[in-house]
Amino acid sequence: MRKRVLIRPKEGILDPQGQTVERALPALGFEGVSHVHVGRMVELDIEDESQLAEICERLLTNPLIEDYEIE
Amino acid sequence: MTRFGVIRFPGSCDEVDALLAARRFGDGELLWHRDRDLKGVDAVVVPGGFSYGDYLRVGAIARFSPVMEAVAEFAADGGPVLGICNGFQVLCEAHLLPGALLPNTSLRFIARQVDIKVANAGTPFTRACQAGDELSIPVKHTTGRYYHPDPESLGHQVVFRYAAGQNPNGSIADIAGVSNEAGNVVGLMPHPEHAVDPLTGSADGGKLFESMALASSSV
Repeated sequence: MRKRVLIRPKEGILDPQGQTVERALPALGFEGVSHVHVGRMVELDIEDESQLAEICERLLTNPLIEDYEIE
Repeated sequence: MTRFGVIRFPGSCDEVDALLAARRFGDGELLWHRDRDLKGVDAVVVPGGFSYGDYLRVGAIARFSPVMEAVAEFAADGGPVLGICNGFQVLCEAHLLPGALLPNTSLRFIARQVDIKVANAGTPFTRACQAGDELSIPVKHTTGRYYHPDPESLGHQVVFRYAAGQNPNGSIADIAGVSNEAGNVVGLMPHPEHAVDPLTGSADGGKLFESMALASSSV
């Protein structure tokens, strides 16, 4: 089964990458964009989906600083 | 004489400087990341660099190397372990130290000399110092912003802080280095192994290796 894990900086942790992207948008004429966060995406094929949460918590993310969702 | 073991991961780049620094205060040898055998060393240094390419997250993959299992056992038995820069990141990922390292707020690579203050002179890495001493040591990193959800709770586990106005990376509470609860595992972002000779601007970093040598010879 193909799965995607979306990983982003935890709420409340300063995200300078997101801020930099947000500040760049008005220069291109895009107004009204806020709360930009930059994370990463891991795509994988997995046989036993029940293992995925543990995989996320033990390797793909650092739960102290990152949140994730599986889709 | 204290025997230091310096781990070499694929992507380490500061292990030779760490080894040379260690040999000023004791004997030293390199340990290979695939070996579980720590060769009976008295103290372990996890050096700087880009272990396993820093893929996924800094330190995330190195944490699972065979040598780190041995280091975790060594640390649990009270053995002194020092993590420098990438080594600090690896020890945080391995849960041997509290907190995590995030990208610098500037998003830039920073290489400069900074002053750090010794906040806890009671660890095996700072016992040659006095609390409040300032050490001039270089930093060189992109991912050095220390984060802990409740820095107040760290108490004596804060071992080094950047001197006032010198926090280079946005670290919470100016924290430059921390220890585990017991104090025998310490990590810091600045590079003491690059500051062991006045020829390169400062010999203050030697204090950490001197402290480790004192600590393990008194065991």
